[in-house]
Amino acid sequence: MAAPSTARSGAGLPAELTEATRDDTALRRFLHGLPGVDQVGVEQRASGLGTRSIKKAAKLWAIDTAINMVDLTTLEGADTEGKVRALCAKARRPDPERPDTPQVATVCVYPDLAEVAVDALAGSGIGVASVATAFPAGRANRAVKLADTELAVSAGASEVDMVIDRGAFLTGQYMRVFEEIQAVKAACGSAHLKVILETGELATYDNVRRASWLALLAGGDFIKTSTGKVSPAATLPVTHVMLQAVRDWYTATGELRGVKPAGGIRVTKDAIRYLVTVHEVAGPQWLTGELFRFGASSLLNDLVLQRRTQLDGYYSGPDYVTVD
Amino acid sequence: MTDRIAVAKTYKLYLGGAFPRSESGRTYEVTDARGKFLANAAQASRKDVRDAVAAARKAFPGWSGATAYNRGQVLYRVAEMLQGRREQFVAEVAASEGLPAKRAQSTVDTAIDRWVWYAGWTDKIATVLGSTNPVAGPYFCFTVPEPTGVVGVLAPQQSALLGLVSVLAPVLAGGNTAVVLASQDRPLPAVTLSEVLATSDLPGGVANILTGRTGELAPWLATHADVNALDLCGSPESQRADLERGAANTVKRVLPAPAGEPEWTNPPDIRRLRGYLEAKTVWHPMGT
Repeated sequence: MAAPSTARSGAGLPAELTEATRDDTALRRFLHGLPGVDQVGVEQRASGLGTRSIKKAAKLWAIDTAINMVDLTTLEGADTEGKVRALCAKARRPDPERPDTPQVATVCVYPDLAEVAVDALAGSGIGVASVATAFPAGRANRAVKLADTELAVSAGASEVDMVIDRGAFLTGQYMRVFEEIQAVKAACGSAHLKVILETGELATYDNVRRASWLALLAGGDFIKTSTGKVSPAATLPVTHVMLQAVRDWYTATGELRGVKPAGGIRVTKDAIRYLVTVHEVAGPQWLTGELFRFGASSLLNDLVLQRRTQLDGYYSGPDYVTVD
Repeated sequence: MTDRIAVAKTYKLYLGGAFPRSESGRTYEVTDARGKFLANAAQASRKDVRDAVAAARKAFPGWSGATAYNRGQVLYRVAEMLQGRREQFVAEVAASEGLPAKRAQSTVDTAIDRWVWYAGWTDKIATVLGSTNPVAGPYFCFTVPEPTGVVGVLAPQQSALLGLVSVLAPVLAGGNTAVVLASQDRPLPAVTLSEVLATSDLPGGVANILTGRTGELAPWLATHADVNALDLCGSPESQRADLERGAANTVKRVLPAPAGEPEWTNPPDIRRLRGYLEAKTVWHPMGT
C-alpha cells in the first residue's frame, strides 16, 4: 500500500475555513473559537470504548486490519542499513510460516536510511515513510527542515512524517507553525505528509484539538500523535480528540484525512481498542490503512503471535518471532 | 468485643507477584476431606494461564541470572516464612487432607525441611551435574547445567502441601520460573504458600500459582509455545497422552506422571532438579 490516495474534493475549502487562514489574528480567532474538549467526558468515553469485547472472527479481522495499518518503525540512533533491511523483510512477510498474513502499510525510518528501505521494498507495494524536519525535537531552522524533507523525498520516501514546532505552537505563534507545515507540504511534492503534534508536550486536549485543526488547515494528509520519544505518547483520549477533528474536517470539506497514533501501542489488545475507537468516533470508513495507521515496532510481533493463537488454537511465544 | 464477626479470607490466584482474582471472575467451592464447605477459591481460566506464563517469562532472566548463592538465600528465606506460618499450614493440611493433627504437623515439618533441602542444592548442583571433559584436542571443554526456562507444573492432587513443595522447590532451585496448577480439590495450602512466597524476597513472577480445574487448564499449559518444560505429576490420567502430545508439538521437556501418587515423605533425590536443567558444553581453545 504505497502512497495512500486521499480523496479530495475539487470544490476547495468552505469560506469560514479559508477565512481562518487569512492572517495570524483570524487563525488565532478560529483555533480559540473551537469548542473546548470535555476532559472528563472524553476520558470516560475512551475508557468505555476500551472495554468492548472483540472475539473470534471479529478479532481475526481486527488483527489482519491492524497488521495492514502498521507503520513498522525503527527510529534509533543505532539504526544500521542491515537493521532496516531486516525490518523490510519482515514488513513484506510478517509471519513467514503463514504467507497469507497481510503486509504492513509502510516502513518508517530516518531520512538517511530511506533509500535503503526503498531498495529493499521495491516491487512490494509497501511504502517508505521517512521522518523529517529535525525529528524528534523539531528545533532547527526552517531551511534545514525543508532540506531534510527534500532529501527524504528525493531518496524515494512516499510519506514524510514531520514534527511541528511545539515551542512556537505553545507560545501562540500559530501562523508560524501553519506556514511551516505548508512549506513542508510543498517540499513533499507527491509524497504524503503526516504531521506529528507530539501531544505529550501539548498539555491539554484543547491544544490537541487546535493543533489538529491547524495541521489539517495547513494541508497535512495525516495527523499523528507523537514521535514516540516523549512520554506520554499515544493515548486513547488524545486519539479520540484527533479522530473527532478529522471527522469534523470531513463533514466540513468532504476531504478524508488520516490519523496515526504512535508510541506505546505494544499489544494486540491496545490495537483493537484503537480500532473500536476509530469505528465509533470517526466511522467505519476510517478502518483502512489509507486513513488510520499505527506507528509501532513491537506491536507487529504481538499481532503475529495473536494471529497464530487464533488460527492454531494454542498460545505461541516470543521464541517464535523475530527479535528486532 | 465478644460477638465479633471473623474476617473471612478471599482465596485468590498468585500471578506475577500480585494476588488477582481470576480474569473470568469464576470461583469454585472447596470442601474438606469430609465434604464440608471450606472456602470459595478462584477458578482460573486459560487467560490466567496465559498471563501467568507471560509473568514467568518476564521473571526468568532475573531469576536465572541471579547467583546460585543468592537463589539459595531467597529460598531459605521462604523456609523461614513457612516456619512462621506453621500453625496455619497444619490447620489447612489437616482440613484439606483429612489428617489427624499429629500427622498434619509432621507433614508440614517435612515440607519445610524439603524446601530447605532444595534451597541447599542451588549452589551445589552445578558441581554435581557439571564436569570438565577430557577431549582429544587443544580445548578446555566443560559442561554446566543451565535452567530450562518456564516450567509448567501440575501439582499432585493428593498431597496439597508436601507434594506441592516437592515439585515446586526443585524447579525454582535450578533457576527456572514456574506456573503451577495447584491441587484441584485441595488448593488452600497452595494459596497460603503463595502468600509465603510473596512475602519472602522471591521476585514477582518467579512462581505463579493458579487454582482451578486441572483438566480445563492443563491443555493450555501443555500446548503453550512459551512453556519450556512440563511436570505432569498431578494430571488427570485420561488426559496424559494428549498432554504429552501437545507438549511434543513445541518440544517441551516433559516429566511423565508417576503411576500413582508417590509417597512424598520418602527422602528426595536430585532427579527432579536434573529434570529442569539443560547441559551446556563449552569448547574453549587453549592458548599455545
